[in-house]
Amino acid sequence: MGTFRDEGVVLRTIKLGEADRIVTFVTPEHGKVRAVAKGIRRPKSKLVGRLEPLTHVTMMCWKGRELDVVTQAEVLDHFRGIRDDLDRMPAAFTMLETVDHLAVERQPMPALFKTLVGALRVLEERASPVLLGAFLLKALTLEGIGPVVASCASCDEDAPLVAFDAHSGGFLCRSCRSGQAVSAETVRLVRQILGGELRAALAAPPSRATAEVERLATSATEYHLDRRLRSAHLSSGFG
Amino acid sequence: MLAGPIQELVDELGRLPGVGPKSAQRIAFHLLEAPKDEALRLAASIAKVKEQIRLCSRCFNVAETEICSICADPRRDPAVICVVEDPRDIVSVEKTREFHGTYHVLGGALNPIDGVGPEQLRVRDLLNRLGNDHDHKIAEIILCTNPNLEGEATAMYLARLLSPLGLRVTRIASGLPVGGDLEYADELTLGRALAGRHEMAG
Ligand SMILES: [Zn+2]
Ligand SMILES: [Zn+2]
Repeated sequence: MGTFRDEGVVLRTIKLGEADRIVTFVTPEHGKVRAVAKGIRRPKSKLVGRLEPLTHVTMMCWKGRELDVVTQAEVLDHFRGIRDDLDRMPAAFTMLETVDHLAVERQPMPALFKTLVGALRVLEERASPVLLGAFLLKALTLEGIGPVVASCASCDEDAPLVAFDAHSGGFLCRSCRSGQAVSAETVRLVRQILGGELRAALAAPPSRATAEVERLATSATEYHLDRRLRSAHLSSGFG
Repeated sequence: MLAGPIQELVDELGRLPGVGPKSAQRIAFHLLEAPKDEALRLAASIAKVKEQIRLCSRCFNVAETEICSICADPRRDPAVICVVEDPRDIVSVEKTREFHGTYHVLGGALNPIDGVGPEQLRVRDLLNRLGNDHDHKIAEIILCTNPNLEGEATAMYLARLLSPLGLRVTRIASGLPVGGDLEYADELTLGRALAGRHEMAG
């Protein structure tokens, strides 16, 4: 019991009763937090506008048995550049949905939190075609379920990699190939993303390879979460 | 454990939005102890809405007839359509007495995380209304979705879809609540209020 203070990114909210909402956050120190924001649907509430999805906050909560209660929230970033741009919003929704499924209540996850905030900041600055794919691959890697990229995921040969199959755990050589066919450029981009050259990867102009990266990252995420990412399939410019 | 019929009532009440198990039990016992005609009046009005209320075939507001009372009112301007998420939003806009056009109810807002895309909303019906304009040229669409992430995304999506059609597309202004303190305003609201400032004659 008692109170705690943490940073958080609001992942989603649902209405509760007459004027409240249940707000789901991801936080560095407390993992996923589900907390009631009392009176937040009333225009004069001091929480209104501060706990919308896609908001980075510092907050104070009362620890409850099932649900916590948000008592204070200060906004660190509203990501207005994403919020006001229909073309950037789909990637942000997919990131929030993924983190909602990866994060576990009361289990600290500072690295995943930092990766999410970092990715949202990049998205706010510019629309990189590999950003969403890079975020998903990084998030999976942090969870210890990232794809095998150094050699063939099936036979471990150091042969040219020509396909990606989430079921096999990564890229595959010509003799083991299954799943999605990929170009050498796609393999190179994924190696950059996971090998500490993220900045270079993010600068890549839109191409068949950048589209392939997003597709394989989405399929790897869905395979590990064992569910479809709803936002990823509605995303393409909201159909 | 309660007697069968009362437990059944508690369970039914507990399915209503905002009614927890404790409240459900309190309401059920209230109804049990209330005069019979009072309780039956409630039952009858529930039956009546389910039998008599349907959605307006033009705007999807709740209606007692094929066309709702607003669409059927000759004093309302059919050239201006106010797009809202939910029929309850019509009630709120009507209370302002500022709007004399007609409505279109989307039935929700874009919410990719919950799987709500344009196909799940009455977007096509809106486009059909614009194509088949009941002898009236539609001049303006007012986007009156909620000022939250989902509502703003919906408004941006509709603005992109509608603006090539050569009609005026407007978004309701975002601002501070009357009687509120600037000191307590959140940054997003205050930022939008500043961006949407207007000239003031002295
Ligand atoms: Zn192989
Ligand atoms: Zn109508």
